Amino acid sequence: MALLEVDRLTIDIPTEAGLLHAVGGVSFTLERGETLAIVGESGSGKSLTSLALMDLLPSRAIRKAATLRFDGIDLMAAGERQKEDLRGDRMAMIFQEPMTSLNPAYTIGDQLTEALRRHRTVSAKAARERAVHLLERVGITAAASRLGQYPHQLSGGLRQRVMIAMGLMCEPDLIIADEPTTALDVTIQAQILRLLRDLQQEFGMALILVTHDLGVVARVATKVAVMYAGRLVETGTVREVFGAPSHPYTRGLLRSIPVPGRTRPGEPLGTIPGQVPGLVGDVFGCAFRNRCDHAAEACAGAIPERLLGGNHRMACILETVGSPQ
Amino acid sequence: MTVPVLELKDVTKTYRVGQGFMKPKATLTAVGGVSLTVARGEVHALVGESGSGKSTLAKLLLGLIAPTSGEIRIDGVPIGQTDRREVARRIQPVFQDPYSSLNPRKSVADLVALPLVAHGIGSSAERQAKVAEMLDAVGLPRRVIDAYPNQLSGGQRQRVAIARALVMRPDVLICDEPTSALDVSVQAQILNLLMDLKREFRLTYFFISHNLAVVEHLADRVAVMYLGRIVEERGREGLFGAPAHPYSRALLDSVLTPDPDLGMPEAGISGAFPNPIAPPSGCTFHPRCPQATERCSREAPASVAFADGFATCHNAGPALALAG
Repeated sequence: MALLEVDRLTIDIPTEAGLLHAVGGVSFTLERGETLAIVGESGSGKSLTSLALMDLLPSRAIRKAATLRFDGIDLMAAGERQKEDLRGDRMAMIFQEPMTSLNPAYTIGDQLTEALRRHRTVSAKAARERAVHLLERVGITAAASRLGQYPHQLSGGLRQRVMIAMGLMCEPDLIIADEPTTALDVTIQAQILRLLRDLQQEFGMALILVTHDLGVVARVATKVAVMYAGRLVETGTVREVFGAPSHPYTRGLLRSIPVPGRTRPGEPLGTIPGQVPGLVGDVFGCAFRNRCDHAAEACAGAIPERLLGGNHRMACILETVGSPQ
Repeated sequence: MTVPVLELKDVTKTYRVGQGFMKPKATLTAVGGVSLTVARGEVHALVGESGSGKSTLAKLLLGLIAPTSGEIRIDGVPIGQTDRREVARRIQPVFQDPYSSLNPRKSVADLVALPLVAHGIGSSAERQAKVAEMLDAVGLPRRVIDAYPNQLSGGQRQRVAIARALVMRPDVLICDEPTSALDVSVQAQILNLLMDLKREFRLTYFFISHNLAVVEHLADRVAVMYLGRIVEERGREGLFGAPAHPYSRALLDSVLTPDPDLGMPEAGISGAFPNPIAPPSGCTFHPRCPQATERCSREAPASVAFADGFATCHNAGPALALAG
């Protein structure tokens, strides 16, 4: 049984202009020890999807799913108490913006030990010891002395690492990390990603990495889901998707980044013309068709998800399978 | 010999920082002894971690702050002897975040025309014509002229910021992480635009970024900064092909290209960035350096010359160094 099963997850948000279909039917499964990267640009719905798993969506958002199951627990039917018991204990979230997700009025030590003390019977001393241990693991020097400090006394990079340590306190089965290294320097990014990978192997955690950085995805993830305008347009193992990117959006994204050795310095980078469509009201057909070079009449109709081989799937009518870039 | 458009000679900027109530103030060297030459028409990149002094150096070049010692020359004339308005006309900034660098209460027309108004250039009609010309140049449709920043996408806002920087027809753009707040597909559009504009307006770019793939794509020369000092300055091919300083190598090793066969780079330097108020002795990089020897903690290294630049390291290897 998969650790996490998501089938046809939709998120609608009522707005003055009508219903905004932010996420329109997302399905995936995740096993222990796997890393799934959800890749997409602003507004693709990748962050909302991750929040929906934890039931942390804004209250006005409407979440629906045929299946949303974590280790056999039906998350759609779970009560508030049951979800509270899961959150921070067996499912943890590492947020993108540590300045707004840490409480400025409490010390680092208080915030690190809170979840452990809430979910487990441990002494204050043992909780602090674990906090110090994890701060050291995320590369924070003088960890013991940090416990008494407040978030404003730490740099952005340190705050982000505190967030990661906090997510690991209860050794969760699933970690959802939303752009965990986007604000960090490259040297620290590599260090944090290595740490997440090591801890994952050590504890058999499953990891969902929400990111727009294709380099991070390729190096860290086992599976990829490319998201565009609230839908998964291409999914598969990292090797399948990066080896033969097939959906025109995936191909466009990969062409738009400079890659040493592949792109020639100074030559124009590939671009994707146009903008993401509005998702308010009736949404039909392929959301990418107004920006797609291959758009045809059929793109306005229902787009079936097709199996390209192995675990590689895409939602596109194109017959030709992509070639390595 | 042609006069370089920008020249820094031993530029240092220190700050006196409070350590707390009743404690003596300490000296923080944000930029220490930086010498750089930027030739007209080139893209000179500056890379380094946060806290390395990149943005302080940008402020010095923009004339927003004065160096504590040393000299900055524009076309051979010291910046201190140049009228501030003249500096502002010739060197313009493009900042990282187009959400905070544009006044939300001004229309696009007002935002782009602001430098002209501040410098008292042209009549109202002439300014309008210039604004329209700049919008065309950065690829914005004329209809956004009356729009406000919140009606624009991130990419459109950065185009407005670039139009505003170009309206004075400057010689140099100081680009401080101009695409790091943008989506990857939008980043590509802005980078392509910057390259087009460079040709069209014969611009020189001083390009600050932590994205080394972008730097390799755009830059002619690259300076690597660590704790306020330039530790290596080379041509693009030299730096990316055969980096001489261990810190440059560590930065390059951390770049994650989208190749799933490579996995995470295993090597790497430890993450503890030193306290800039009490920098390490000798070579300030030695506590993090995988090749540090006893000498490195004792003695600050001198520059080793290469055919295309220099590196400041005891172990940069004289065997590798070409007569410079």
